[in-house]
Amino acid sequence: MSNAFKPKIVAFLCNWCSYTASDLAGTARIKYSPHVRILRVMCSGRVDPTFVLKAFALGADGVMIAGCHPGDCHYIEQNYKTIRRHSMLRYFLEQMGIEPERLRLVWASAAEGQYLAESIDGFVAAVQKLGPLHWSDNWLEDGQREEALEEIVREHAAAMEVPV
Amino acid sequence: MSGGSKGKLALYWAASCGGCEIAVLAIDEKILDVAALFDIVFWPVAVDAKVHDVEKMPDGSIDVCLFNGGIRTSEQEYMAQLLRRKSKVLVAFGSCAHEGCIPGLANASTRQQVFDTVYRQTPSTENPAGLEPQPKTAVAEGTLHLPVFYDTLRTLDQTVQVDYYLPGCPPEAERIWEAIQAIVEGRLPPPGSVIGATTTVCQECKRTRNEKKIKKFYRTWQILPDEETCLLEQGLLCCGIATRAGCGALCPQVNSPCIGCHGSNAGVHDYGARLMAALSSVIDSNDPEETDRIIREGIPDPVGSFYRFSMAASHLRRANKKATATPAESKR
Repeated sequence: MSNAFKPKIVAFLCNWCSYTASDLAGTARIKYSPHVRILRVMCSGRVDPTFVLKAFALGADGVMIAGCHPGDCHYIEQNYKTIRRHSMLRYFLEQMGIEPERLRLVWASAAEGQYLAESIDGFVAAVQKLGPLHWSDNWLEDGQREEALEEIVREHAAAMEVPV
Repeated sequence: MSGGSKGKLALYWAASCGGCEIAVLAIDEKILDVAALFDIVFWPVAVDAKVHDVEKMPDGSIDVCLFNGGIRTSEQEYMAQLLRRKSKVLVAFGSCAHEGCIPGLANASTRQQVFDTVYRQTPSTENPAGLEPQPKTAVAEGTLHLPVFYDTLRTLDQTVQVDYYLPGCPPEAERIWEAIQAIVEGRLPPPGSVIGATTTVCQECKRTRNEKKIKKFYRTWQILPDEETCLLEQGLLCCGIATRAGCGALCPQVNSPCIGCHGSNAGVHDYGARLMAALSSVIDSNDPEETDRIIREGIPDPVGSFYRFSMAASHLRRANKKATATPAESKR
């Protein structure tokens, strides 16, 4: 067992192209990194930015969105919205102090099992290089908080005592 | 209300501007009806009860507590816990308690960055010794304590359990009165609900809406919008599409875009994410580079634009503490 960082990566794959590509990779016995958790959505345009932010908040180190190539969308033009949401999210993530490289957009057709597997491996390697995100650590306060809360209770209790 | 006697009402503020306190008085003479229905047992800005009076009350003895403000210090957290214990119904009153509001925008910075701005960098600050508040100070008589200032502002329901939410910065007088009536008459929605509309500001806006296609976002000072057409269609970042109704589209009525003070609509957890999804849909470009340009030129501050009132309640809650500088700083 190596001690290398094992990132948690969430991948949203569209039903019509990219998920079928991952299926193809499976049936063709093409190996790809086990650090990716694949979620099937009907279209990459279904991936609400909420899903991406929730994934980061719950501990994902990277998020991948994969859909049909532009022009090939099963729902005609929804993956163009994905392009714009991806732009918007990357811009927002930069300001929040999250490397935008932690979010990757990939186009993989149903025939591109090999390419999808390589894209997953490439993304996993890139996230490994960035290191863990551990977002919920950002919500922790330092030890002063507990101490201060106990102190308020002590002080108030003392003030409540009626002097004899 | 139990037993025909007057109910007990408490009001408190934590990290907020005070506007919510004034909003309570905006119900005008109906405040007398409130006083007829309730004994106001605690309201620091208006009545003389002290914290130790609340501490002496039996648990659950306050019928309703309207709590405004986010939780930024240990003292505020203590008060939230105390009032939760003493109250049967705890209402997060106003945007700060509900979603963090403007004080929550400081979650884009750390405590140290906030202190540096407030106690060192503002042009009017004279602080040669570089003093800043200390939670503990030793003096001859013993140790003095100040509340600890947290790195992250939290909403009320990230601190204690909340029964109801009243959105708005501040909530409108009519909505406050409706909520008080609902409480008095026992017509309350299931606990955990927002007392308010379940549609968006667009629904209340009278402007003409067509298909939206945006080639360029403008800031409010750059154009004079016409008074008929949807403001978003004119390129102004109007947040009405994602914002809970209840205000009657006050801002668009006076030719000013909605800034989203009523927060997320029913069933939405992350206001800004929904706004990003909707805005991306109406950008009129399929070219990644052009899209990037439209977004970056038109929206200089995405966090402040998308999460002006709800950063603390969003999925991420705050900016990365480990990141050394925000992009805004690195540009300076």
